Amino acid sequence: MSWLPANWSTRIYALLLLVLALAPFIFTWIGQPFYLDLLSRALILAIAVISLNLILGFGGMVSLGHAAYIGIGAYSVGIPSYYDYYNGWLHLALALTVSAVFALVTGAISLRTRGVYFIMITMAFSQMVYFTFLSLEEYGADDGLVIYSRSEFPEFISMEGATGLYYWIFALLLASLYFVHRLVHARFGRVIVGSKYNEQRMQALGFNTYRYRLVCYVISAMMCSLAGMLLGNFTSFISPDMIGWARSGELIFMVIIGGVGTLFGPLVGTIAFVVLEEALSAITIYWHLIFGIMLVALVLYGKGGIHGWLSLLDRKEEDRG
Amino acid sequence: MDWNLLISQLMNGLQLGLLLFLLASGLTLIFGIMDFINLSHGSFYMIGAYFCGTVVAYTGSFVLGVLIGLVGVFIVGALVEWFIARKLYREDHLDHVLVTFGLILIFDTLVHLLWGASGIAIPLPDVLNGQITLGNLVVPTYRLLIIVAGLLVAAILYILVAKTRLGMLIRAGASNRTMVEALGININRLFLFVFALGAAMAGLAGMLIAPITEASIGMGNDIIIVAFVVVIIGGIGSVKGAFYAAMILGLIDTLSRSYLDALLGLAMPSEYSETAAPALSAMLIYILMAAVLAFRPQGLFPPAGAK
Repeated sequence: MSWLPANWSTRIYALLLLVLALAPFIFTWIGQPFYLDLLSRALILAIAVISLNLILGFGGMVSLGHAAYIGIGAYSVGIPSYYDYYNGWLHLALALTVSAVFALVTGAISLRTRGVYFIMITMAFSQMVYFTFLSLEEYGADDGLVIYSRSEFPEFISMEGATGLYYWIFALLLASLYFVHRLVHARFGRVIVGSKYNEQRMQALGFNTYRYRLVCYVISAMMCSLAGMLLGNFTSFISPDMIGWARSGELIFMVIIGGVGTLFGPLVGTIAFVVLEEALSAITIYWHLIFGIMLVALVLYGKGGIHGWLSLLDRKEEDRG
Repeated sequence: MDWNLLISQLMNGLQLGLLLFLLASGLTLIFGIMDFINLSHGSFYMIGAYFCGTVVAYTGSFVLGVLIGLVGVFIVGALVEWFIARKLYREDHLDHVLVTFGLILIFDTLVHLLWGASGIAIPLPDVLNGQITLGNLVVPTYRLLIIVAGLLVAAILYILVAKTRLGMLIRAGASNRTMVEALGININRLFLFVFALGAAMAGLAGMLIAPITEASIGMGNDIIIVAFVVVIIGGIGSVKGAFYAAMILGLIDTLSRSYLDALLGLAMPSEYSETAAPALSAMLIYILMAAVLAFRPQGLFPPAGAK
């Protein structure tokens, strides 16, 4: 069967993508359209987690403030909509520009620091965004903002309806995966990965690593704001709560469940997180306890996340072959 | 200018600063000596408040509540160090963030399981419930007690860290851990003690604030971030730095909340300053931290000889 992908993990990921592509039909067929909502949310978050993994997994930049960019993306839909501007291209342009500018300024400062200082300074900047939106009385402050209509893309593919939005999300997810895949295998990506392991060496090779890392940070922020824009459209209700530091913590959590610095890890990690959250919270109101124990156990004993476990299959295969 | 308002705001700032110091001093030692990021330090703050509240509910004595609560949090801190933190000192900072994030979830849910979803109020004894008149200024007795207790603990901690053999080891550990180990000090025991002591001080902060705000789930999750800001600004591992930074932040936070509005009003129309002031005053401490990190990453008062 030479047409099959070479190893088990790739086969499983290919199957996963196929299922995701057909999901709206599958869920209608089994009569559970609610699941599409769940999956839409998971895939939106997956885009954010993929963007975080780009800097965290490949670049070694642990940001505890990435939820800020989700917030920026979401409010880029919410605030224009508040003034009855529903043009999706406007929302998109706003999300990308504001996140890029904010990431450029804060990244330029943050990347002067290392390690734990970077964690703390990114958290500080996201708190600033959080308090900014919290204080905007005009846009609901802590009560949040209701978005009455989705972004409109005239003479383009509509976001209306659950299925329409789902395919928007799915297409952007595929684009993010492909983009990150190309990026980390390009020269740019090799420099980023190289400076994670040995920055001095990369500098000795003549690379201005600071500039590379900054560009990478800005790219990641812009990708994350796309997720925010989708989330604003999906939930049709946004609030500063989306930006709190615990949200950023959850994003890191999703990267770790899936597998740090891998292409598909963030996707499977996010789906696992969202599904577990939904399933556990249906069983007991104390589901955070199980979640917390899992998180501790995962770090102490389960290195490599889901991707790591799947690669174990591959290794067995190689042993046999 | 209303001088009474200014003085009472200064006292509020002092009170917030001292509570922050109680949280941050343990945090900065754990951070500086074990190189361990403990996001769940705020959980000790919460647990302290709940322990104290429970004992007060059974015995009616606030003093007993604080004493038993302190012992309880000390033990919880020691258990966390023994079973979890110890395994992680040599791991990545990312692992610390994740595990302690998990611990926050665990502690919050355990409190929910044991005490229910709504918070518990802690009644104060009548002696502390009154007010004291100083000149023409009326001050709630309890606020004065918080300030006195905070200053007292700060003094005790100063003596412990600066004047005792144990303190010498703690300072040495913050400057150069490997050297302390190489000189034959039982580093595990030192770590255990420092971790549990830090937990107890965080717990004390929770106990002191709970009669005002009541003990509630997740009460430590916001203030712990501010405590981290204190640690960074003061310099990781520096108790002295934590003290000054906590005072600065406490005063900045309180004073900006009451005066920034008027200050901005001088520069812009009042309808803008009324919106901008609360946002800016909430952000001020983060702006300060970002500035410190950008220009003086080692903090304002780094421990001597730390790299």
